[in-house]
Amino acid sequence: MDDLLSEFLTETSESLSVLDIELVKLEQNPNDPGILQNIFRLVHTIKGTCGFLGLPRLETVAHAAENVLGKFRDRELEVTPEAVTRILQSIDCIKLILSHLEQHEVEPEGDDAELKSALNDLADGKTPATTQAASAEEPAFPVAAELLAEVEAALAVGKRAATEADLAAEMALERARQGDDEDEPAETSRTPVPVANALPAAAGGTTAVSGSPPAAEPKESALAAQTIRVNVELLENLMTLVSELVLTRNQLLQMVRGKDDSEFATPLQRLSHITTDLQEGVMKTRMQPIGNAWAKLPRIVRDLSVEMNKKIDLQMVGAETELDRQVLELIKDPLTHMVRNSADHGLEGPEERRRAGKPETGKVVLNAYHEGGHIIIEITDDGRGLPVGKIKAKAIANGLATEAELDQLTDQQIYQFIFKAGFSTAEKITSISGRGVGMDVVRSNIEKIGGTIELKSSPGKGSTFIIKIPLTLAIVSALIVECANERFAVPQISVLELVRTTASSEHAIEMINNAPVLRLRDRLLPLVGLRQLLHLGGENDERDETFIVVTQVGTYTFGMIVDRVFDTEEIVVKPVAPILRHITMFSGNTILGDGSVIMILDPNGIASLATAGDTASAAASQSTETAAVRDVHADEKNSMLVFRAGSDDLKAVPLALVARLEEVDLASIEHSHGSPVVQYRGHLMPLVFIDSSYGLKAEGRQPVLVFADRHRTMGLVVDEIVDIVEDRLKVELAVNQPGLIGTAVIAGKATDILDAGYYLSQAYGDWFGSMDETSFGDAEAQRRVLLVDDSPFFRNLLSPVLAVAGYDVTAVDSADKALALRDAGSRFDLIISDIEMPGLSGFEFAEAVRADTRWQATPLVALSSHATDHDLARGREVGFNDYVAKFDRDALLQTLAQTLAASGGAA
Amino acid sequence: MNQSLVPAGNRHVQEASAATQDYVTMYIEDQLFGIPVLTVQDVLGAQKITRIPLAPPEVAGSLNLRGRIVTSIDVRKRLRLKERAGAAASMSVVVELGGELYSLMVDSVGEVLSLPAAAFERNPPTLDPLWREFSAGIYRLQGTLLVVLDVTRLLDFTRTEAA
Repeated sequence: MDDLLSEFLTETSESLSVLDIELVKLEQNPNDPGILQNIFRLVHTIKGTCGFLGLPRLETVAHAAENVLGKFRDRELEVTPEAVTRILQSIDCIKLILSHLEQHEVEPEGDDAELKSALNDLADGKTPATTQAASAEEPAFPVAAELLAEVEAALAVGKRAATEADLAAEMALERARQGDDEDEPAETSRTPVPVANALPAAAGGTTAVSGSPPAAEPKESALAAQTIRVNVELLENLMTLVSELVLTRNQLLQMVRGKDDSEFATPLQRLSHITTDLQEGVMKTRMQPIGNAWAKLPRIVRDLSVEMNKKIDLQMVGAETELDRQVLELIKDPLTHMVRNSADHGLEGPEERRRAGKPETGKVVLNAYHEGGHIIIEITDDGRGLPVGKIKAKAIANGLATEAELDQLTDQQIYQFIFKAGFSTAEKITSISGRGVGMDVVRSNIEKIGGTIELKSSPGKGSTFIIKIPLTLAIVSALIVECANERFAVPQISVLELVRTTASSEHAIEMINNAPVLRLRDRLLPLVGLRQLLHLGGENDERDETFIVVTQVGTYTFGMIVDRVFDTEEIVVKPVAPILRHITMFSGNTILGDGSVIMILDPNGIASLATAGDTASAAASQSTETAAVRDVHADEKNSMLVFRAGSDDLKAVPLALVARLEEVDLASIEHSHGSPVVQYRGHLMPLVFIDSSYGLKAEGRQPVLVFADRHRTMGLVVDEIVDIVEDRLKVELAVNQPGLIGTAVIAGKATDILDAGYYLSQAYGDWFGSMDETSFGDAEAQRRVLLVDDSPFFRNLLSPVLAVAGYDVTAVDSADKALALRDAGSRFDLIISDIEMPGLSGFEFAEAVRADTRWQATPLVALSSHATDHDLARGREVGFNDYVAKFDRDALLQTLAQTLAASGGAA
Repeated sequence: MNQSLVPAGNRHVQEASAATQDYVTMYIEDQLFGIPVLTVQDVLGAQKITRIPLAPPEVAGSLNLRGRIVTSIDVRKRLRLKERAGAAASMSVVVELGGELYSLMVDSVGEVLSLPAAAFERNPPTLDPLWREFSAGIYRLQGTLLVVLDVTRLLDFTRTEAA
């Protein structure tokens, strides 16, 4: 038998058994949209698949049934027992055709006109014909159906006799058993009753009408005998046992290794081989090449191209990429849907393509590959791209968004609407697609297995769907590295090369402002120290040699500094415990050959953490969602004042911090306590220099940046003011040098970003130190404020502002760190938190704060660049006391004062 | 005090009455704790534990228990007790929660006790809020009190920790 056909038969009979049960459930809960959606999808899938296999009779029946179900779904039609009976009849009809198909590989003669017209009448809202009895070619069990209808009617009017209910359940099971070779324990909610005694009656009924079904059962079991279904859990257990066996074997080998003439050597050798084979075998039971899921695509595309009169070239790359069987099963249908969509909606007809200057033959490319512990499947077409206008119109029509909302969205965001349920932009409903049951199914199926789906489209050029599925159960080759005496696994797939560095070799680690880099073949490779990144602590002395694991994530390449590199090992990725899932650095953990547990590093997580606060990493970030959040930051332009001071390097400070630009006559500089000051607007203003060793010229005029806060001012003496530039602030290189935030590219030039806070505190520390005491009393009374913001820019902007306003500020870059402070016993009078942060968002942070007694009473102020009413409401719900826009410094200070006053000011 | 301590060996006598429950007992410092015996999968001696960087401080690390990865929780830290003086080998009780195995590190594991319901009391309101969170109640025993650990809450890091 044709592979495609036999697969279809197995699959469809599985779907049908589920359908029977679901339909009965639906009748009992006619208003449950979940059940309805499920039924609709199942029927849709059957219809879709048989359409491509060239089974017109089956297709038309399924199409008619789907029509009725569609009306149910849209609430145009009430779910009545009669209607459900009709659907059940059509399912029985499908079963009959299927059994015939299995025996003869062709559809039986007949057109099911009566059933179809009954269904269509139903769909059109006409009262169904009263005849319960089916026509000759209709395979329904008239007796059973009538009985069922009776029971159902009884149920509907509330006569809930236990026996009747039981009967209904039994009927459903009978039907499920009849059409199917095996039962689906997961799907069957009822306890299976022995059907043997109930079966003859029903089977007899069927025989009387159709004549052939008794033969169906043995046939189907013959088909099923080729494969057996094994519970995944069983395989999992086997896998665990084999891992144990491998460990024991390794231990034995270790024992024998020292003794050359051991009598155990030979048997152990054999044991070793067998264990290895067994391990491979068990692993193989779970792994399958993705090509298996693609096998039926060429045929589907071919049929489609004939039907739609299009020329389509389907290319499949990476069919040998292995993935977990379970995962494979789950993505099969979504993939089929998507390829069909690309071919149907994406690609234009030859005429249109010619006009657009493209080759007549449209291309659909499927590409699968492993990337950093994930499997990426790309479906690309070179068609017309997604119609933004149509999606917008449809979104408005469906009430998903208003026109005003849509105007604010980017095209990429608008494309995401196609993943909503009931969304289809196809103008006419064809038998191929266009019922709005495609992309939402695709997405829900992919998300079910923890995957993500991304969509890129450009008008006239085509669309690309990128599915990313985690490899939680897959076996990967990993490089074992050591850092601070801890071993870690790095997925081999993301490792480009290894570099050994010693202090004297040509590959030596160099430092730019404490940021390690490595010269590698005329390129500068940014490095991250695993020790620092993972807070491993321990000895930090200069080692004779270190190793750099050159790692690639997307298009971003960086090096991880580790102490030692061991071998590569094949490891079984196991997910980490739920309480550790928030640590993005690890993609899982595994057990090594020697029995020890080690963590598997996630290069994606490391890359994003290593560049945290660096908006440039948005490019490295794979997920659209993170990218969207980061874009928010990236789009925030900051006015920067660019100047030179001390050296020829360009320096910059946020203009928001600078009160005025002044020129001071150097002759007017006086000294107080040895520090230079000038009289400025009736006050003494301290002057500070970028570089304290930098001497003042004797005379002439020099530009000064005046930083002011209330009545206090401070002047930063600079050499030359270059420009005021509005640019996105991207700190490319972070440094630990006091006084500098880091280096950023501003107006195309590398510019040091000055930490104004440092100079402010220097001036106030030196100069206003005595005033602190008078204005704030003793330091104990100073309000302690915790500032949580992932952006170094805002931390550095706000910390000095708060500090000069008399608050004792502690700034951290993530909610996790803030919570760590709490665990360490720190107490604050007030917490200011950003909302959009990687890791825990501000909302989640607030929830965490409110859920625990320690900081429960501490007032929380949210800080965000986008304060909508919705955000405000959500903020208050999770426990924020107030909400301030990020750029409004005065409002922030005012809010802080008010909030503190309101909370009673308890320290 | 009128209740009796029933050693595990005599359990069959007690099993008939529904008024008793069996607990695996364990000590941290001098405090006696109990976990319902049916939730306990294993009792382990000192194990080689791989520490997990960046994990919450209460997570001691992970260990390999017959091919399954078990997350080890330092109950002492979880209960905010001070560090143990001296690095004596500690014992662990392995429990399962949501399909995952966790080992609870304690100072020592004692015998299994059948405790009568009559000796059970709710948490006294004066108990430290943190302990109140993790304690499912108290048993009055002769000469000592047993705190019943609520394993689900003990392992629920989302309430107090980052999700």
